Amino acid sequence: MTTATIAGAKKTGLARIVERWPVKTAVWLIAILWTIPSFGLLVTSFRPRDDIRGSGWWTVFPDVWDKAHWTLSNYQTVLSTGGFANAFLNSLAVTIPAVVIPITIAAFAAYGFAWMDFPGRHVLFALVVGLMVVPLQMALIPILRLYTRFDLVGSFPAVWLAHAGFGLPLAVYLLRNYMGSLPSSVIESAQIDGADHFTIFWRLILPLSVPVLASFAIFQFLWVWNDFLVALVFLGLEPRSQVLTVALANLAGNRGEAEHLLPAAAFVSMVLPMVVFLSLQRYFVRGLTAGSVKG
Amino acid sequence: MGTTPSLADHDTTGTSSDGGGPNGGRLGALRTVAAVAAIAAIIVVLAVSASYLRDENANRLLQVLLAIALGVVGVWAFYWAMDRGVSALPEALSERVRPIVFVGPAAVILGVYLVYPAINTIIISFMDRQSENFVGVDNYIDVFTKSDTLTSIRNSILWVIIVPVITVAIGLAFATLVDKLSKRSEASAKSLIFLPMAISFVGASVVWGFVYSFRPAGFGNQIGILNAIWTALGNDPINWLSVQPWNNAFLMVIVIWAQVGFAMVILSSAIKAVPSEIVEAARIDGASEIQLFWKVVFPSVLSTVVVVWTTLVITVWKLFDIVYVMTGGRDGTSVIAERMVTEFFKNFNFGAGAALAVILFVAVTPVMVINVRRFQAEEAIR
Repeated sequence: MTTATIAGAKKTGLARIVERWPVKTAVWLIAILWTIPSFGLLVTSFRPRDDIRGSGWWTVFPDVWDKAHWTLSNYQTVLSTGGFANAFLNSLAVTIPAVVIPITIAAFAAYGFAWMDFPGRHVLFALVVGLMVVPLQMALIPILRLYTRFDLVGSFPAVWLAHAGFGLPLAVYLLRNYMGSLPSSVIESAQIDGADHFTIFWRLILPLSVPVLASFAIFQFLWVWNDFLVALVFLGLEPRSQVLTVALANLAGNRGEAEHLLPAAAFVSMVLPMVVFLSLQRYFVRGLTAGSVKG
Repeated sequence: MGTTPSLADHDTTGTSSDGGGPNGGRLGALRTVAAVAAIAAIIVVLAVSASYLRDENANRLLQVLLAIALGVVGVWAFYWAMDRGVSALPEALSERVRPIVFVGPAAVILGVYLVYPAINTIIISFMDRQSENFVGVDNYIDVFTKSDTLTSIRNSILWVIIVPVITVAIGLAFATLVDKLSKRSEASAKSLIFLPMAISFVGASVVWGFVYSFRPAGFGNQIGILNAIWTALGNDPINWLSVQPWNNAFLMVIVIWAQVGFAMVILSSAIKAVPSEIVEAARIDGASEIQLFWKVVFPSVLSTVVVVWTTLVITVWKLFDIVYVMTGGRDGTSVIAERMVTEFFKNFNFGAGAALAVILFVAVTPVMVINVRRFQAEEAIR
């Protein structure tokens, strides 16, 4: 108490440094505490099978440089016989279109709402915004039945369109607000030059909307890549078509014999989102605030 | 095979329309033909690739690349062809129809994937397990009387009360502390806390599955760090995930761990937005750092705290993955969203599943409305 008051009253350089030490220690303690679980898993993923089962990951530390402690075989097994290379491909095949399709559909709709005049556009837009409150759980059973009837369960487009549907209200809303705030003089002068709506949209509005498109794309990418529920219900457990999260959950489910493969499998599923996340953090933070209204 | 000639047609229309020539009668007819051909080509491509994608023996890499190309190019080709098709119509008509090209697909998707299912789910919730007969409110009565669903409702309420508050508190504390560090250490410390946001809840479950790992006494070393510390202190190992009711708390830790980064990042930018003159003025007036926080910083970030809190409430209320993967809802850990999937996906009781979905929806709606309203107000300022 007293030290804090003194430091508050008279700000000498020394007082600031002294005051910083406890704060620094606290920050780094929390940061390390937060990292230990994933760090332990990372270390575990490179240990031989018997080591993983026989001792904790921290036991490698007395002699870290002993080569006998380390192996890549878990990753090899997971990727080849474990089917995670396949699951990685499936995750890509689900995620990339499930990002591009809703953004495209939303961008066209947002342009329509912002710059086209048609009866009922305000009502329709309000409806779209209102749909943000519907949680995707409300859609699972009817859509699964629909897909079963048309034999779409387990196909990529089934998942793409489901993700498009669930992501669309937020995307339309965000893009409409952004596009609507662009200066109308730009659009009007293009129209006078004889450009049609499609050209204006493609040549003018889309390039100007890159920041908001990027935020939503990163948000949707992480959302779809990390999604388990939608993939489980609409793509299923079939090894040929399952995505990483489903494959990982499966592997975790039959713990006993595959426990030593779990850490490597987990990191295979995490590597891409981590790279995307770390390299594009700035856009992601912007998207996060907006994403707080996703249904 | 029959697709190549029509693909060539795409190009001719593309160039002729870009040339922007007058809408002569012959050109208009040509365009109509081309647009029809383009749509036909898309259908043929879709049909051919659909059968290839269904081929069990085909190379998976090729299939995946084809699927991605199809999805990405397909959606653009679809809009392009529709727009060309509309342009071929007489001008007065085409300008009236064009909004349908832009807004129509979104409306259709939302209708099929949100409006229709939501209504349908409400209807199913009043029908029996196979949705054959109406049973009135029986499913709801079941949900509120059977012990397993009651457990899941109780747990979900506990989750919503406990997890968002703790997450916001840690996030805010960390954001406040980290603000006092130098720029570089601030960025790296933040990244460490934020990184779990990139991990799926399934991945987080695996991470923590190892932390909570349990070997009965006498069955070898503890490989989970929690039990290793616990037994080193002279206790018997504990199977953390089966001790009721504490196993719920151990599951909550995972979500807190994963979500603190989100709270921290957003609160941190709010703290940085507090005008430094006010902070300095309070310091000169002799306010302690603790007083400064409660009297100056906290009131100015309160609205952001509410935003983060409501967002976490929604996330936690709909939480499914962690419980499903870690315990499968056993040992009194089930929550509503997990129970819902178990009911319709494992027990094939669609009536009960739908009733749980409706409960989820009704409970989340007020919070969502607040969030959307707030967001609208914020966007209006921007």
